[in-house]
Amino acid sequence: MLAAGGTDATAFIELGAIVLGLAVLARIAERAGFSPIPLYLLAGLFFGDGGFHQLDVSEDFLDLTSQIGVVLLLLALGLEYTADELRRTLRSGLRDGAVDLVANALPGLAAGILLGWGGKETLLLAGVTTISSSGVIAKVLADFGRYGNRETPTVLSILVLEDLAMAAYLPLVGVVLAGTSLLAGMVSLAVAISVVVIVLLFAIRSGHVVTRLLASRSDEALLLGLLGSTLLVGGLAEQAGVSAAVGAFLVGIAVSGPVQERASELVQPLRDLFAAIFFLVFALRIDPGDLPPVAFAAIALAVVSAITKFGSAWYSTTRAGIGVRGRTRAATVLISRGEFSIVIAELGTVAGLDPRLAALAAGYVLVLASAGPILTRYADPIGERLQARTLRRA
Amino acid sequence: MAEVQQTDLPGVGVRYEFVTSDGERLGVLVHRSGRRDVLLYRRDDPDECRAVVELAAPDANTLVELLGASRVSEHLGEVQQRIAGLAIEWLRVEPSSRWIDTSLADAQVHTHTGVSIVAIVRDGETIVAPGADDELRAGDTVVAVGTPEGIELLRPALRG
Repeated sequence: MLAAGGTDATAFIELGAIVLGLAVLARIAERAGFSPIPLYLLAGLFFGDGGFHQLDVSEDFLDLTSQIGVVLLLLALGLEYTADELRRTLRSGLRDGAVDLVANALPGLAAGILLGWGGKETLLLAGVTTISSSGVIAKVLADFGRYGNRETPTVLSILVLEDLAMAAYLPLVGVVLAGTSLLAGMVSLAVAISVVVIVLLFAIRSGHVVTRLLASRSDEALLLGLLGSTLLVGGLAEQAGVSAAVGAFLVGIAVSGPVQERASELVQPLRDLFAAIFFLVFALRIDPGDLPPVAFAAIALAVVSAITKFGSAWYSTTRAGIGVRGRTRAATVLISRGEFSIVIAELGTVAGLDPRLAALAAGYVLVLASAGPILTRYADPIGERLQARTLRRA
Repeated sequence: MAEVQQTDLPGVGVRYEFVTSDGERLGVLVHRSGRRDVLLYRRDDPDECRAVVELAAPDANTLVELLGASRVSEHLGEVQQRIAGLAIEWLRVEPSSRWIDTSLADAQVHTHTGVSIVAIVRDGETIVAPGADDELRAGDTVVAVGTPEGIELLRPALRG
Protein backbone atom coordinates (compact mmCIF):
# COMPACT_ATOMS: atom_id res chain seq x y z
CA MET A 1 0.00 0.00 0.00
CA LEU A 2 2.79 2.35 0.98
CA ALA A 3 5.06 1.69 -1.96
CA ALA A 4 3.80 1.65 -5.50
CA GLY A 5 6.75 0.44 -7.50
CA GLY A 6 9.55 -0.27 -5.06
CA THR A 7 9.96 -1.81 -1.66
CA ASP A 8 8.95 -0.46 1.69
CA ALA A 9 12.59 0.45 2.21
CA THR A 10 12.72 2.95 -0.63
CA ALA A 11 9.36 4.35 0.39
CA PHE A 12 10.62 4.94 3.91
CA ILE A 13 13.79 6.55 2.63
CA GLU A 14 11.86 8.88 0.38
CA LEU A 15 9.32 9.77 3.01
CA GLY A 16 12.11 10.38 5.51
CA ALA A 17 13.90 12.64 3.05
CA ILE A 18 10.70 14.58 2.40
CA VAL A 19 9.92 15.12 6.07
CA LEU A 20 13.54 16.01 6.86
CA GLY A 21 13.49 18.53 4.05
CA LEU A 22 10.35 20.07 5.54
CA ALA A 23 12.06 20.16 8.93
CA VAL A 24 14.95 22.17 7.48
CA LEU A 25 12.50 24.62 5.93
CA ALA A 26 10.53 24.98 9.17
CA ARG A 27 13.78 25.73 10.97
CA ILE A 28 14.80 28.37 8.45
CA ALA A 29 11.38 30.00 8.75
CA GLU A 30 11.60 29.97 12.55
CA ARG A 31 15.04 31.63 12.42
CA ALA A 32 13.86 34.30 10.03
CA GLY A 33 10.68 34.79 12.03
CA PHE A 34 8.07 34.15 9.37
CA SER A 35 5.59 31.47 8.35
CA PRO A 36 7.01 28.27 6.83
CA ILE A 37 4.09 27.95 4.39
CA PRO A 38 5.74 29.92 1.55
CA LEU A 39 8.86 27.78 1.90
CA TYR A 40 6.88 24.52 1.73
CA LEU A 41 5.18 25.79 -1.40
CA LEU A 42 8.45 26.89 -2.98
CA ALA A 43 10.00 23.48 -2.28
CA GLY A 44 7.01 21.76 -3.86
CA LEU A 45 7.14 23.99 -6.91
CA PHE A 46 10.88 23.45 -7.23
CA PHE A 47 10.78 19.65 -7.09
CA GLY A 48 7.41 19.05 -8.67
CA ASP A 49 6.57 18.71 -12.30
CA GLY A 50 2.85 18.32 -12.16
CA GLY A 51 3.10 14.83 -10.70
CA PHE A 52 5.10 12.49 -8.51
CA HIS A 53 6.90 10.73 -11.32
CA GLN A 54 10.26 10.33 -9.64
CA LEU A 55 8.82 9.31 -6.28
CA ASP A 56 8.44 5.72 -5.20
CA VAL A 57 6.01 6.52 -2.41
CA SER A 58 2.64 5.91 -3.95
CA GLU A 59 0.57 8.87 -4.97
CA ASP A 60 -2.39 7.40 -3.09
CA PHE A 61 -0.47 7.50 0.15
CA LEU A 62 0.66 11.11 -0.22
CA ASP A 63 -2.80 12.05 -1.38
CA LEU A 64 -4.49 10.60 1.68
CA THR A 65 -1.86 12.12 3.95
CA SER A 66 -2.42 15.58 2.55
CA GLN A 67 -6.20 15.21 2.80
CA ILE A 68 -5.78 14.30 6.47
CA GLY A 69 -3.73 17.50 6.69
CA VAL A 70 -6.74 19.50 5.52
CA VAL A 71 -9.02 17.77 8.01
CA LEU A 72 -6.59 18.43 10.88
CA LEU A 73 -6.16 22.09 9.90
CA LEU A 74 -9.91 22.58 10.23
CA LEU A 75 -10.19 20.48 13.39
CA ALA A 76 -7.50 22.60 15.06
CA LEU A 77 -9.31 25.72 13.91
CA GLY A 78 -12.58 24.53 15.43
CA LEU A 79 -10.80 23.66 18.67
CA GLU A 80 -9.43 27.18 18.89
CA TYR A 81 -12.79 28.80 19.54
CA THR A 82 -15.49 27.87 22.01
CA ALA A 83 -19.09 27.75 20.83
CA ASP A 84 -19.76 30.66 23.16
CA GLU A 85 -17.13 32.82 21.50
CA LEU A 86 -18.57 32.02 18.08
CA ARG A 87 -22.07 32.96 19.20
CA ARG A 88 -20.99 36.25 20.77
CA THR A 89 -18.76 37.23 17.87
CA LEU A 90 -21.49 36.45 15.39
CA ARG A 91 -23.88 38.68 17.25
CA SER A 92 -21.54 41.64 17.65
CA GLY A 93 -19.52 41.56 14.45
CA LEU A 94 -21.94 40.68 11.70
CA ARG A 95 -21.46 44.02 9.94
CA ASP A 96 -17.66 43.83 10.06
CA GLY A 97 -17.85 40.30 8.72
CA ALA A 98 -20.10 41.27 5.83
CA VAL A 99 -17.84 44.18 4.84
CA ASP A 100 -14.79 41.92 5.04
CA LEU A 101 -16.36 39.18 2.90
CA VAL A 102 -17.69 41.49 0.20
CA ALA A 103 -14.55 43.63 -0.03
CA ASN A 104 -12.23 40.66 -0.30
CA ALA A 105 -14.27 38.26 -2.42
CA LEU A 106 -14.66 40.92 -5.12
CA PRO A 107 -10.99 41.00 -6.20
CA GLY A 108 -11.04 37.22 -6.68
CA LEU A 109 -14.30 37.34 -8.61
CA ALA A 110 -13.05 40.19 -10.79
CA ALA A 111 -9.75 38.43 -11.48
CA GLY A 112 -11.58 35.23 -12.48
CA ILE A 113 -13.76 37.17 -14.90
CA LEU A 114 -10.87 39.22 -16.32
CA LEU A 115 -8.82 36.07 -16.90
CA GLY A 116 -11.80 34.55 -18.69
CA TRP A 117 -11.98 31.57 -16.34
CA GLY A 118 -15.00 29.36 -15.83
CA GLY A 119 -17.57 29.99 -13.11
CA LYS A 120 -16.27 27.27 -10.81
CA GLU A 121 -12.68 28.52 -10.94
CA THR A 122 -13.88 32.07 -10.34
CA LEU A 123 -15.95 31.03 -7.33
CA LEU A 124 -12.93 29.29 -5.81
CA LEU A 125 -10.66 32.24 -6.55
CA ALA A 126 -13.06 34.49 -4.64
CA GLY A 127 -12.64 32.18 -1.64
CA VAL A 128 -8.86 32.21 -2.02
CA THR A 129 -8.70 36.01 -1.73
CA THR A 130 -11.25 36.28 1.11
CA ILE A 131 -9.96 34.19 3.98
CA SER A 132 -7.01 35.52 5.98
CA SER A 133 -4.58 33.05 7.49
CA SER A 134 -5.35 32.56 11.17
CA GLY A 135 -2.18 30.47 11.51
CA VAL A 136 0.14 33.20 10.22
CA ILE A 137 -1.72 35.93 12.09
CA ALA A 138 -1.77 34.11 15.44
CA LYS A 139 1.99 33.64 15.19
CA VAL A 140 2.61 37.29 14.35
CA LEU A 141 0.39 38.51 17.21
CA ALA A 142 2.25 36.29 19.67
CA ASP A 143 5.72 37.15 18.33
CA PHE A 144 5.11 40.89 18.43
CA GLY A 145 3.38 40.71 21.83
CA ARG A 146 0.19 42.18 20.46
CA TYR A 147 -2.36 40.05 22.29
CA GLY A 148 -2.79 42.81 24.87
CA ASN A 149 -3.31 45.54 22.28
CA ARG A 150 -6.75 46.99 21.99
CA GLU A 151 -7.04 46.41 18.24
CA THR A 152 -6.46 42.67 18.68
CA PRO A 153 -10.03 41.67 19.67
CA THR A 154 -11.21 43.17 16.37
CA VAL A 155 -8.57 41.22 14.44
CA LEU A 156 -9.57 38.00 16.18
CA SER A 157 -13.27 38.53 15.66
CA ILE A 158 -12.72 39.08 11.93
CA LEU A 159 -10.86 35.76 11.84
CA VAL A 160 -13.72 34.04 13.68
CA LEU A 161 -16.28 35.44 11.24
CA GLU A 162 -14.23 34.33 8.26
CA ASP A 163 -14.05 30.84 9.70
CA LEU A 164 -17.82 30.74 10.11
CA ALA A 165 -18.22 32.03 6.57
CA MET A 166 -16.02 29.19 5.43
CA ALA A 167 -18.36 26.69 7.10
CA ALA A 168 -21.07 27.96 4.75
CA TYR A 169 -18.82 28.46 1.74
CA LEU A 170 -17.27 24.98 1.61
CA PRO A 171 -20.59 23.11 1.21
CA LEU A 172 -21.61 25.64 -1.43
CA VAL A 173 -18.42 24.92 -3.35
CA GLY A 174 -18.93 21.20 -2.87
CA VAL A 175 -22.33 21.38 -4.53
CA VAL A 176 -21.16 23.62 -7.35
CA LEU A 177 -18.18 21.38 -8.06
CA ALA A 178 -20.42 18.31 -8.14
CA GLY A 179 -21.85 20.00 -11.25
CA THR A 180 -25.41 18.77 -11.13
CA SER A 181 -28.36 20.51 -12.78
CA LEU A 182 -29.59 23.77 -11.27
CA LEU A 183 -32.59 22.22 -9.51
CA ALA A 184 -30.72 19.20 -8.16
CA GLY A 185 -27.91 21.57 -7.20
CA MET A 186 -30.28 23.80 -5.23
CA VAL A 187 -31.73 20.79 -3.44
CA SER A 188 -28.37 19.37 -2.46
CA LEU A 189 -27.16 22.84 -1.45
CA ALA A 190 -30.19 23.19 0.81
CA VAL A 191 -29.48 19.75 2.27
CA ALA A 192 -25.81 20.58 2.78
CA ILE A 193 -26.45 23.93 4.43
CA SER A 194 -29.14 22.51 6.70
CA VAL A 195 -26.81 19.71 7.76
CA VAL A 196 -24.19 22.33 8.66
CA VAL A 197 -26.68 24.49 10.54
CA ILE A 198 -28.12 21.53 12.45
CA VAL A 199 -24.70 20.22 13.42
CA LEU A 200 -23.52 23.73 14.32
CA LEU A 201 -26.55 24.26 16.56
CA PHE A 202 -26.01 20.86 18.11
CA ALA A 203 -22.33 21.69 18.66
CA ILE A 204 -23.21 24.99 20.33
CA ARG A 205 -26.10 23.70 22.45
CA SER A 206 -24.99 20.18 23.28
CA GLY A 207 -21.25 20.33 22.82
CA HIS A 208 -20.83 19.23 26.43
CA VAL A 209 -22.29 15.82 25.55
CA VAL A 210 -19.60 15.26 22.93
CA THR A 211 -17.02 16.61 25.33
CA ARG A 212 -18.08 14.24 28.08
CA LEU A 213 -17.98 11.27 25.71
CA LEU A 214 -14.46 12.15 24.61
CA ALA A 215 -13.11 13.26 27.97
CA SER A 216 -10.51 10.97 29.41
CA ARG A 217 -7.63 11.28 31.78
CA SER A 218 -5.39 9.50 29.32
CA ASP A 219 -4.00 11.68 26.54
CA GLU A 220 -3.87 8.63 24.33
CA ALA A 221 -7.57 7.87 24.69
CA LEU A 222 -8.51 11.51 24.16
CA LEU A 223 -6.38 11.85 21.03
CA LEU A 224 -7.61 8.60 19.49
CA GLY A 225 -11.23 9.38 20.32
CA LEU A 226 -10.94 12.85 18.87
CA LEU A 227 -9.20 11.73 15.67
CA GLY A 228 -11.58 8.82 15.21
CA SER A 229 -14.68 10.94 15.55
CA THR A 230 -13.21 13.68 13.36
CA LEU A 231 -12.42 11.33 10.50
CA LEU A 232 -15.78 9.60 10.91
CA VAL A 233 -17.79 12.83 10.91
CA GLY A 234 -15.58 14.18 8.12
CA GLY A 235 -16.24 11.12 5.99
CA LEU A 236 -19.98 11.27 6.60
CA ALA A 237 -19.98 14.99 5.80
CA GLU A 238 -18.09 14.32 2.59
CA GLN A 239 -20.66 11.69 1.65
CA ALA A 240 -23.46 14.19 2.29
CA GLY A 241 -21.66 16.59 -0.05
CA VAL A 242 -20.64 18.98 2.74
CA SER A 243 -16.85 18.36 2.55
CA ALA A 244 -14.84 16.57 5.21
CA ALA A 245 -13.18 19.83 6.23
CA VAL A 246 -16.45 21.31 7.46
CA GLY A 247 -17.24 18.14 9.40
CA ALA A 248 -13.87 18.36 11.12
CA PHE A 249 -14.41 22.04 11.92
CA LEU A 250 -17.76 21.24 13.55
CA VAL A 251 -16.24 18.46 15.66
CA GLY A 252 -13.64 20.96 16.85
CA ILE A 253 -16.34 23.43 17.88
CA ALA A 254 -18.35 20.78 19.69
CA VAL A 255 -15.44 19.97 21.99
CA SER A 256 -15.47 22.45 24.85
CA GLY A 257 -14.40 23.09 28.41
CA PRO A 258 -11.10 21.96 29.89
CA VAL A 259 -10.92 19.11 27.38
CA GLN A 260 -10.74 21.65 24.56
CA GLU A 261 -7.49 23.16 25.80
CA ARG A 262 -5.85 19.74 26.12
CA ALA A 263 -7.23 18.44 22.83
CA SER A 264 -5.93 21.51 21.07
CA GLU A 265 -2.45 20.92 22.46
CA LEU A 266 -2.55 17.24 21.47
CA VAL A 267 -3.70 17.88 17.92
CA GLN A 268 -1.20 20.63 17.16
CA PRO A 269 1.89 18.53 16.40
CA LEU A 270 -0.15 16.16 14.24
CA ARG A 271 -1.64 19.10 12.39
CA ASP A 272 1.80 20.60 11.78
CA LEU A 273 3.08 17.34 10.31
CA PHE A 274 0.15 16.57 8.05
CA ALA A 275 -0.41 20.17 7.00
CA ALA A 276 3.24 20.54 5.99
CA ILE A 277 2.88 17.49 3.75
CA PHE A 278 -0.37 18.93 2.40
CA PHE A 279 1.28 22.21 1.34
CA LEU A 280 4.15 20.31 -0.25
CA VAL A 281 1.90 17.91 -2.14
CA PHE A 282 -0.28 20.78 -3.32
CA ALA A 283 2.73 22.53 -4.83
CA LEU A 284 4.27 19.28 -6.16
CA ARG A 285 1.21 18.77 -8.32
CA ILE A 286 1.56 22.15 -9.98
CA ASP A 287 3.12 22.05 -13.42
CA PRO A 288 5.94 24.62 -13.34
CA GLY A 289 4.96 25.52 -16.90
CA ASP A 290 1.69 26.89 -15.54
CA LEU A 291 3.44 29.36 -13.26
CA PRO A 292 4.95 32.07 -15.51
CA PRO A 293 1.67 32.84 -17.32
CA VAL A 294 -0.14 33.47 -14.02
CA ALA A 295 2.75 35.15 -12.19
CA PHE A 296 1.68 38.66 -13.11
CA ALA A 297 -1.96 37.92 -12.27
CA ALA A 298 -0.93 36.47 -8.89
CA ILE A 299 1.11 39.53 -7.95
CA ALA A 300 -1.55 41.97 -9.18
CA LEU A 301 -4.26 40.08 -7.31
CA ALA A 302 -2.08 40.03 -4.20
CA VAL A 303 -1.62 43.80 -4.34
CA VAL A 304 -5.29 44.54 -4.97
CA SER A 305 -6.60 42.16 -2.32
CA ALA A 306 -4.01 43.41 0.15
CA ILE A 307 -5.46 46.87 -0.35
CA THR A 308 -9.07 45.69 0.00
CA LYS A 309 -8.21 43.72 3.15
CA PHE A 310 -6.42 46.76 4.52
CA GLY A 311 -9.53 48.81 3.79
CA SER A 312 -12.02 46.42 5.35
CA ALA A 313 -9.87 46.01 8.46
CA TRP A 314 -9.47 49.79 8.66
CA TYR A 315 -13.25 50.14 8.55
CA SER A 316 -13.82 47.60 11.35
CA THR A 317 -11.13 48.98 13.63
CA THR A 318 -12.35 52.54 13.09
CA ARG A 319 -15.83 51.40 14.13
CA ALA A 320 -14.28 49.83 17.23
CA GLY A 321 -12.79 53.22 18.15
CA ILE A 322 -9.15 52.28 17.58
CA GLY A 323 -6.57 54.98 16.82
CA VAL A 324 -4.71 55.37 13.53
CA ARG A 325 -1.65 53.41 14.66
CA GLY A 326 -3.71 50.54 16.01
CA ARG A 327 -5.76 50.51 12.81
CA THR A 328 -2.57 50.26 10.75
CA ARG A 329 -1.30 47.38 12.87
CA ALA A 330 -4.58 45.47 12.51
CA ALA A 331 -4.94 46.18 8.80
CA THR A 332 -1.40 45.12 7.91
CA VAL A 333 -1.49 41.89 9.89
CA LEU A 334 -4.82 40.82 8.37
CA ILE A 335 -3.34 41.01 4.87
CA SER A 336 -1.72 37.61 5.41
CA ARG A 337 -3.32 34.78 3.46
CA GLY A 338 -2.15 31.22 3.87
CA GLU A 339 -3.43 27.77 4.69
CA PHE A 340 -7.10 28.32 3.91
CA SER A 341 -6.44 29.87 0.51
CA ILE A 342 -4.52 26.71 -0.34
CA VAL A 343 -7.25 24.48 1.13
CA ILE A 344 -9.81 26.17 -1.14
CA ALA A 345 -7.62 26.00 -4.25
CA GLU A 346 -6.98 22.32 -3.53
CA LEU A 347 -10.71 21.66 -3.91
CA GLY A 348 -10.34 22.78 -7.51
CA THR A 349 -7.39 20.47 -8.11
CA VAL A 350 -9.28 17.51 -6.67
CA ALA A 351 -12.28 18.31 -8.88
CA GLY A 352 -10.02 18.46 -11.93
CA LEU A 353 -10.55 22.15 -12.69
CA ASP A 354 -8.21 24.40 -14.65
CA PRO A 355 -4.69 23.71 -13.23
CA ARG A 356 -3.86 27.41 -13.52
CA LEU A 357 -6.04 28.00 -10.44
CA ALA A 358 -3.63 26.05 -8.22
CA ALA A 359 -0.63 27.79 -9.78
CA LEU A 360 -2.20 31.21 -9.27
CA ALA A 361 -3.18 30.42 -5.68
CA ALA A 362 0.34 29.19 -4.90
CA GLY A 363 1.90 32.37 -6.28
CA TYR A 364 -0.68 34.48 -4.48
CA VAL A 365 -0.07 32.84 -1.09
CA LEU A 366 3.70 33.02 -1.64
CA VAL A 367 3.36 36.80 -1.87
CA LEU A 368 0.84 37.45 0.89
CA ALA A 369 1.96 34.90 3.49
CA SER A 370 5.33 36.68 3.42
CA ALA A 371 4.12 40.25 2.86
CA GLY A 372 1.67 40.37 5.79
CA PRO A 373 4.19 39.61 8.57
CA ILE A 374 6.84 41.84 6.96
CA LEU A 375 4.49 44.80 6.45
CA THR A 376 3.06 44.61 9.93
CA ARG A 377 6.56 44.84 11.38
CA TYR A 378 6.65 48.37 9.97
CA ALA A 379 3.06 49.13 10.91
CA ASP A 380 3.98 51.71 13.52
CA PRO A 381 6.12 53.93 11.26
CA ILE A 382 3.45 53.62 8.56
CA GLY A 383 0.76 54.45 11.10
CA GLU A 384 2.68 57.50 12.32
CA ARG A 385 2.91 58.77 8.78
CA LEU A 386 -0.81 58.23 8.23
CA GLN A 387 -1.53 59.95 11.52
CA ALA A 388 0.65 62.94 10.61
CA ARG A 389 -1.18 63.25 7.34
CA THR A 390 -4.63 63.18 8.93
CA LEU A 391 -3.51 65.73 11.51
CA ARG A 392 -2.19 68.03 8.82
CA ARG A 393 -5.45 67.76 6.93
CA ALA A 394 -7.41 68.58 10.08
CA MET B 1 -12.60 51.08 42.82
CA ALA B 2 -11.97 51.89 39.15
CA GLU B 3 -14.34 50.59 36.52
CA VAL B 4 -12.95 47.45 34.91
CA GLN B 5 -13.60 46.79 31.24
CA GLN B 6 -13.80 43.22 30.06
CA THR B 7 -13.08 42.14 26.48
CA ASP B 8 -13.18 38.66 24.98
CA LEU B 9 -10.31 37.51 22.81
CA PRO B 10 -11.68 34.52 20.88
CA GLY B 11 -9.25 31.63 20.97
CA VAL B 12 -6.97 33.36 23.46
CA GLY B 13 -8.76 34.34 26.65
CA VAL B 14 -10.23 37.40 28.33
CA ARG B 15 -8.70 40.84 28.83
CA TYR B 16 -9.51 43.20 31.70
CA GLU B 17 -8.39 46.80 31.79
CA PHE B 18 -8.86 49.92 33.89
CA VAL B 19 -7.39 53.36 34.35
CA THR B 20 -5.41 53.85 37.54
CA SER B 21 -5.93 56.93 39.68
CA ASP B 22 -2.63 58.11 38.21
CA GLY B 23 -4.09 58.03 34.72
CA GLU B 24 -2.19 54.93 33.56
CA ARG B 25 -4.12 52.36 31.58
CA LEU B 26 -3.45 48.95 33.05
CA GLY B 27 -4.66 45.59 31.85
CA VAL B 28 -4.55 41.91 32.66
CA LEU B 29 -4.87 39.31 29.93
CA VAL B 30 -6.03 35.95 31.27
CA HIS B 31 -4.99 33.26 28.80
CA ARG B 32 -7.05 30.09 28.61
CA SER B 33 -3.95 28.16 29.54
CA GLY B 34 -3.92 29.96 32.91
CA ARG B 35 -1.04 32.24 31.94
CA ARG B 36 -1.63 35.89 32.84
CA ASP B 37 -0.09 38.90 31.14
CA VAL B 38 0.08 42.20 32.97
CA LEU B 39 -0.24 44.97 30.38
CA LEU B 40 0.78 48.59 30.63
CA TYR B 41 -0.51 50.75 27.81
CA ARG B 42 1.32 53.61 26.17
CA ARG B 43 0.17 57.09 27.01
CA ASP B 44 0.42 58.41 23.44
CA ASP B 45 -1.19 55.33 21.88
CA PRO B 46 -3.75 53.80 24.23
CA ASP B 47 -4.16 50.84 21.86
CA GLU B 48 -0.62 49.56 22.24
CA CYS B 49 1.18 47.99 25.17
CA ARG B 50 4.30 49.70 26.45
CA ALA B 51 5.19 46.73 28.60
CA VAL B 52 3.94 43.17 28.88
CA VAL B 53 4.85 40.98 31.83
CA GLU B 54 4.09 37.30 31.29
CA LEU B 55 3.14 35.47 34.46
CA ALA B 56 2.79 31.71 34.74
CA ALA B 57 0.03 30.60 37.13
CA PRO B 58 2.32 30.35 40.20
CA ASP B 59 3.85 33.77 39.40
CA ALA B 60 0.39 35.29 39.29
CA ASN B 61 -0.37 33.80 42.70
CA THR B 62 2.84 35.30 44.06
CA LEU B 63 1.92 38.72 42.69
CA VAL B 64 -1.56 38.53 44.16
CA GLU B 65 -0.04 37.59 47.47
CA LEU B 66 2.23 40.62 47.35
CA LEU B 67 -0.42 43.04 46.22
CA GLY B 68 -3.31 42.42 48.49
CA ALA B 69 -3.62 39.11 50.17
CA SER B 70 -0.83 39.69 52.68
CA ARG B 71 -3.37 40.44 55.42
CA VAL B 72 -4.95 37.07 54.84
CA SER B 73 -1.66 35.25 55.11
CA GLU B 74 -0.75 37.14 58.29
CA HIS B 75 -4.01 35.98 59.73
CA LEU B 76 -3.28 32.44 58.61
CA GLY B 77 0.13 32.64 60.16
CA GLU B 78 -1.47 33.17 63.53
CA VAL B 79 -3.63 30.08 63.21
CA GLN B 80 -0.66 27.98 62.24
CA GLN B 81 1.39 29.23 65.14
CA ARG B 82 -1.26 28.23 67.56
CA ILE B 83 -1.19 24.60 66.44
CA ALA B 84 2.35 23.52 65.79
CA GLY B 85 2.87 21.37 62.72
CA LEU B 86 -0.54 22.22 61.23
CA ALA B 87 -0.73 23.83 57.81
CA ILE B 88 -3.80 25.40 56.26
CA GLU B 89 -3.65 26.29 52.60
CA TRP B 90 -6.02 27.76 50.01
CA LEU B 91 -5.27 25.93 46.74
CA ARG B 92 -6.74 26.53 43.30
CA VAL B 93 -7.86 23.52 41.23
CA GLU B 94 -6.33 24.15 37.81
CA PRO B 95 -8.19 22.94 34.66
CA SER B 96 -5.25 20.66 33.94
CA SER B 97 -5.52 18.78 37.24
CA ARG B 98 -6.14 15.05 36.93
CA TRP B 99 -8.85 15.34 39.55
CA ILE B 100 -11.21 17.55 37.54
CA ASP B 101 -14.79 16.28 37.91
CA THR B 102 -13.55 13.60 40.28
CA SER B 103 -15.28 13.03 43.60
CA LEU B 104 -13.25 13.35 46.77
CA ALA B 105 -13.75 9.63 47.35
CA ASP B 106 -12.32 8.73 43.95
CA ALA B 107 -9.45 11.19 44.23
CA GLN B 108 -8.45 9.63 47.58
CA VAL B 109 -6.82 12.87 48.61
CA HIS B 110 -6.40 11.83 52.20
CA THR B 111 -4.93 8.43 51.34
CA HIS B 112 -2.39 9.97 48.96
CA THR B 113 -1.33 13.03 50.92
CA GLY B 114 -2.69 12.75 54.45
CA VAL B 115 -4.36 16.11 53.90
CA SER B 116 -8.05 16.77 54.56
CA ILE B 117 -10.10 19.02 52.33
CA VAL B 118 -12.28 20.92 54.76
CA ALA B 119 -13.99 23.30 52.30
CA ILE B 120 -14.46 23.93 48.59
CA VAL B 121 -14.96 27.51 47.38
CA ARG B 122 -16.82 27.59 44.08
CA ASP B 123 -18.20 30.70 42.34
CA GLY B 124 -18.06 32.66 45.57
CA GLU B 125 -19.95 30.01 47.54
CA THR B 126 -18.38 27.69 50.05
CA ILE B 127 -19.09 24.02 50.52
CA VAL B 128 -18.09 23.48 54.13
CA ALA B 129 -16.99 19.97 55.11
CA PRO B 130 -17.56 18.46 51.65
CA GLY B 131 -18.71 14.84 51.50
CA ALA B 132 -17.09 11.93 49.67
CA ASP B 133 -19.46 12.50 46.72
CA ASP B 134 -18.59 16.16 46.19
CA GLU B 135 -16.59 16.63 43.01
CA LEU B 136 -13.68 18.95 42.26
CA ARG B 137 -14.23 21.39 39.42
CA ALA B 138 -11.77 23.50 37.42
CA GLY B 139 -11.43 26.89 39.08
CA ASP B 140 -12.43 25.69 42.54
CA THR B 141 -10.40 26.74 45.51
CA VAL B 142 -10.01 24.04 48.13
CA VAL B 143 -9.13 24.70 51.74
CA ALA B 144 -6.74 21.96 52.77
CA VAL B 145 -5.59 21.12 56.27
CA GLY B 146 -2.70 18.82 57.10
CA THR B 147 1.03 18.64 57.55
CA PRO B 148 3.16 21.10 55.51
CA GLU B 149 4.65 18.08 53.69
CA GLY B 150 1.18 16.78 52.83
CA ILE B 151 0.19 20.18 51.44
CA GLU B 152 3.27 20.17 49.23
CA LEU B 153 2.18 16.76 47.89
CA LEU B 154 -1.30 18.04 47.17
CA ARG B 155 -0.21 21.23 45.44
CA PRO B 156 1.15 19.64 42.20
CA ALA B 157 -1.79 17.22 41.96
CA LEU B 158 -4.22 20.13 41.83
CA ARG B 159 -2.08 21.94 39.35
CA GLY B 160 -1.83 18.91 37.04
